[in-house]
Amino acid sequence: MSLSNPVLQAMALSCIRDDRVLFSDLTFALDVGQVLLLEGKNGSGKTSLLRILCGFREPDAGRVCWCGASINDSQYHADMAYIGHLDGIKKELTVLENLNVALALGQTGLYPLANALARVQLAGYEDVLVQALSAGQKRRLSLARLLVTKNRLWILDEPFTSLDKQGIKLTETLMTEHTASGGLVVLTSHHDLNLSGVDVQRIHLS
Amino acid sequence: MSLTHAFFAILRRDLILALRRRSEIANPLLFFVLVITLFPLGIGARPQLLQAIAPGIIWVSALLAAMLSLDSLFRSDFDDGSLEQILLSPHPVSVLILGKIVAHWLVTGLPLILIAPLLAVFLGMPQPAIGVLLLTLLLGTPVLSLIGAIGVALTVGLRRGGMILSLLVLPLYVPVLIFAGNAVEMAGNGLPVTAQINILIAILLLALVLAPWPTAAALKMSMS
Repeated sequence: MSLSNPVLQAMALSCIRDDRVLFSDLTFALDVGQVLLLEGKNGSGKTSLLRILCGFREPDAGRVCWCGASINDSQYHADMAYIGHLDGIKKELTVLENLNVALALGQTGLYPLANALARVQLAGYEDVLVQALSAGQKRRLSLARLLVTKNRLWILDEPFTSLDKQGIKLTETLMTEHTASGGLVVLTSHHDLNLSGVDVQRIHLS
Repeated sequence: MSLTHAFFAILRRDLILALRRRSEIANPLLFFVLVITLFPLGIGARPQLLQAIAPGIIWVSALLAAMLSLDSLFRSDFDDGSLEQILLSPHPVSVLILGKIVAHWLVTGLPLILIAPLLAVFLGMPQPAIGVLLLTLLLGTPVLSLIGAIGVALTVGLRRGGMILSLLVLPLYVPVLIFAGNAVEMAGNGLPVTAQINILIAILLLALVLAPWPTAAALKMSMS
């Protein structure tokens, strides 16, 4: 893997939706250990930008590079993980079955399944169907999915939604640890981000 | 994890999901059985006529049952975000999607084949034709799932895609219907059916190789 700086680069991005320019000429670069926080009011294009970064949406102008290569590369997909508004969790499957599928789709990460579940305080819920979990617990399960797979870039859309105070703190700790071990995070949030000792870039979309 | 592992993980996941949502298996099967049992009632006591049109009845019912089951292929994954995660996997999406299609066929196509002999006897189909009917169903129903997947992938993002789906997919089903129906009819008359069977095999292989790519591409399009 090349270590050309910066790792994630967006050049002159613009996004037009229904004849409305959400943002244009947006340029940023994110390096190892950095967090990018997207701010802005509802409808300002935060989620659209994240979906462009995921490759789900083509930018109307500009391009996104990962380690100097296009993000359509399979290397990028091996390096990134996305948690969107939708959890991507099957509610008819158990917690463990969901994580096993996530593991099969990605690459094995640092945490064994049991440790990841303990970390997000879902230990003992292994064989519980996800439909029996609360909204916050489902979010925690999404976090566990980030832990069991190996990814350098986390793209998180409103990760704090429906989490309790403890859950928010846990998410922040996980992000701090992730950046400390050479990871990158891009997120949108309406909460105040409390990450000590982490280089946080902010982009305000209006 | 390796690609084969991912393929079987998806296959296994979809089979477990189908077992936990049984209506998905029961619905097309029930439809298939009901349509075929209604035909003799509608036609009346004319066993000769019934026997003559039996291959057509069974195949048209199988086709409509397959159509009915198509929407469930990607719908729930699209709605809960699982499809996003599949598309973001570093593995080739077409192979993962093929896993989903295989699971879909095992759940909706295979039961039709298992119940078909009973229904064939019920319609008075001659003995040699029943074997050929099963063979054509075995070769033809996977094609229905494979081709249907392209249509569903194109329409899954639309709120009311059902109508467009039928219009997109039904014309592509016609060759299978023609060759399969013809093979069963010929077999009933004691004629050789090698040509039709060979063509069905060719269609199946072609669909197996070519369908997953457009499906994956269409899903990516539906995502944006």
